[in-house]
Amino acid sequence: MLNQSLSKKRKGFELLMRTLMIASAILTAVLVVFLLVYVLLEGVPNITWELLSGKPSYLTERIGILPDIVNTIYIVLATMLIVLPLGVGAAIYLTEYASDRKIVGMIEYAAETLSGIPSIIYGLVGMLLFSNSMGTCLMAGALTLVIMNLPTIMRTTQESLKTVPQSYREGAFGLGAGKWRVIRTVVLPGCVDGIVTGCILSVGRILGESAALLFTAGFAHALNGLINGLASPGATLTVALYVYAKEQGEFGVAFAIAAILMILTVLINFAATFVQSHYTKRRRV
Amino acid sequence: MPIKENTNKNRTMRKIDPLQSLNSWDKKSRHQTIEHIIHGIFLLLGLIAVGCVLVITVYLVISGIPAIREIGLFDFLFGEEWASTAAEARYGILPFILTSIYGTLGAIVIGVPIGFMTAVYLSKLASPRVKSVMQSAVSMLAGIPSVVYGLVGMLVLVPGIRKVFDVPDGASLLAAIVVLAIMILPSIIKMSVTALDAVPKEYEDASFALGATPIETYFKVSVPAAKSGIAAAVVLGVGRAIGEAMAVMMVAGNVPNMPDSLFQSVRFLTTAVASEMAYSSGLQQQALFSIALVLFFFIMLINAALNFLLKREKE
Repeated sequence: MLNQSLSKKRKGFELLMRTLMIASAILTAVLVVFLLVYVLLEGVPNITWELLSGKPSYLTERIGILPDIVNTIYIVLATMLIVLPLGVGAAIYLTEYASDRKIVGMIEYAAETLSGIPSIIYGLVGMLLFSNSMGTCLMAGALTLVIMNLPTIMRTTQESLKTVPQSYREGAFGLGAGKWRVIRTVVLPGCVDGIVTGCILSVGRILGESAALLFTAGFAHALNGLINGLASPGATLTVALYVYAKEQGEFGVAFAIAAILMILTVLINFAATFVQSHYTKRRRV
Repeated sequence: MPIKENTNKNRTMRKIDPLQSLNSWDKKSRHQTIEHIIHGIFLLLGLIAVGCVLVITVYLVISGIPAIREIGLFDFLFGEEWASTAAEARYGILPFILTSIYGTLGAIVIGVPIGFMTAVYLSKLASPRVKSVMQSAVSMLAGIPSVVYGLVGMLVLVPGIRKVFDVPDGASLLAAIVVLAIMILPSIIKMSVTALDAVPKEYEDASFALGATPIETYFKVSVPAAKSGIAAAVVLGVGRAIGEAMAVMMVAGNVPNMPDSLFQSVRFLTTAVASEMAYSSGLQQQALFSIALVLFFFIMLINAALNFLLKREKE
């Protein structure tokens, strides 16, 4: 009714913008669905038990990705173990201790800068800093990833620290608790959701990282124990995908790895959404 | 505040039993020392991020300067030929710089309109259900590893370009632009949606009351109100596109040509570093560090712009 009274020009604008918006949204949705379906269709048939449980052997000309899976797990573990205390500690400093606006601004600016640096530069600096001193190994890769993921953990923890009500802290102080005790017993338990979300996001980023690992962790496919593994070079799943696709032309294996990575990405996304909604619900109650 | 109260208590206690009070005063000061130490530890942890930025900057500058000095800044930045392994090596990175700029611009030209329109749709028109489903789809897109984009690009996009445009090799600047456009979509959509969601409802209500249609309101009131946030989204997209290495390496052909046409095999700043790092040494390796320094310089400019826009958005 209202539309009938509009001039032709306004009607045209209305129609054009509405079409463009809906077309763009559909295009985005189609892209996501296409990528998911295409990779899964090409990859899943290639995922065999042999592929998952073996290592590459030139004798039998068989390709196995077990070492890459194990390396990925090692690197995720090592990175998270180091970055968690650092990131959470930095966030606690920013929200609980820091009183100087200048220091806070400086640290926050540094964290933003870190999150904007591309991974290839991390790879290069990681190579100079870590690989040149300890050799190309998973640990060098993990340390590089620690710097990369520091801002993520810092930001998510900080955001959830801000939502812990000030009255909780005051109540604990009023009961005579010292600052450290308040942080340990009142503040930290209140921001578990932020820490967990940060962990999930970081794990996702580590799983998808390749450029930063190429020159720090190398691309060997040896199967090692944890300690040995961290001290020796190894490819994660993404690096293995790159090597198989680009250098060796083994597209079947590459797609199998891509499918595994896609499934993990979906799971990680669900986990992150779940944790966030779960805790927001609880907080509201 | 609590500390002051406790010292008062100590003073009264001392009158009652000197020995016990001495003991508890000792405990108090030990307690305070521990608090100071913990404060110091947290300060150190907080400063790690600053330390990392400093170390990265210093390392890149120190390792990037020697080659620039040896080659000459002008010859390095504006030299049109890169032949690092030739008998008479040439280190001109203009092809890489131009490729990175063209590639990023191309990705922005394709990605920004699509991302922007999608964001307006999600923020203003979509039902809550559609919005939440689409938002998880967009997060999904952001989470896909870049090598997977590269793989799909290699096997779908590159042959597609070869067939559609009838060129000898589909691995080209165009393929890289398309892949980059898709990869920056999630950053643009997410940030624009946040900015559009934050526009006060009253602005839109006022516009409705004046007789504007919803679509007119969204584009002529909401979008201008959110323009800093949307600009920040675009800048973030630029940063992502210029820094992407692996996906581009897999689809752009990786030959150090000048980017004369969309169908040329090209090499970006990022891929220039990545593709020769493994076997380089001497001046060649130093030149790669210099390329990284140039890339870092671009990124710092983009970061500064992003920070400026975000600060304005907050105000």
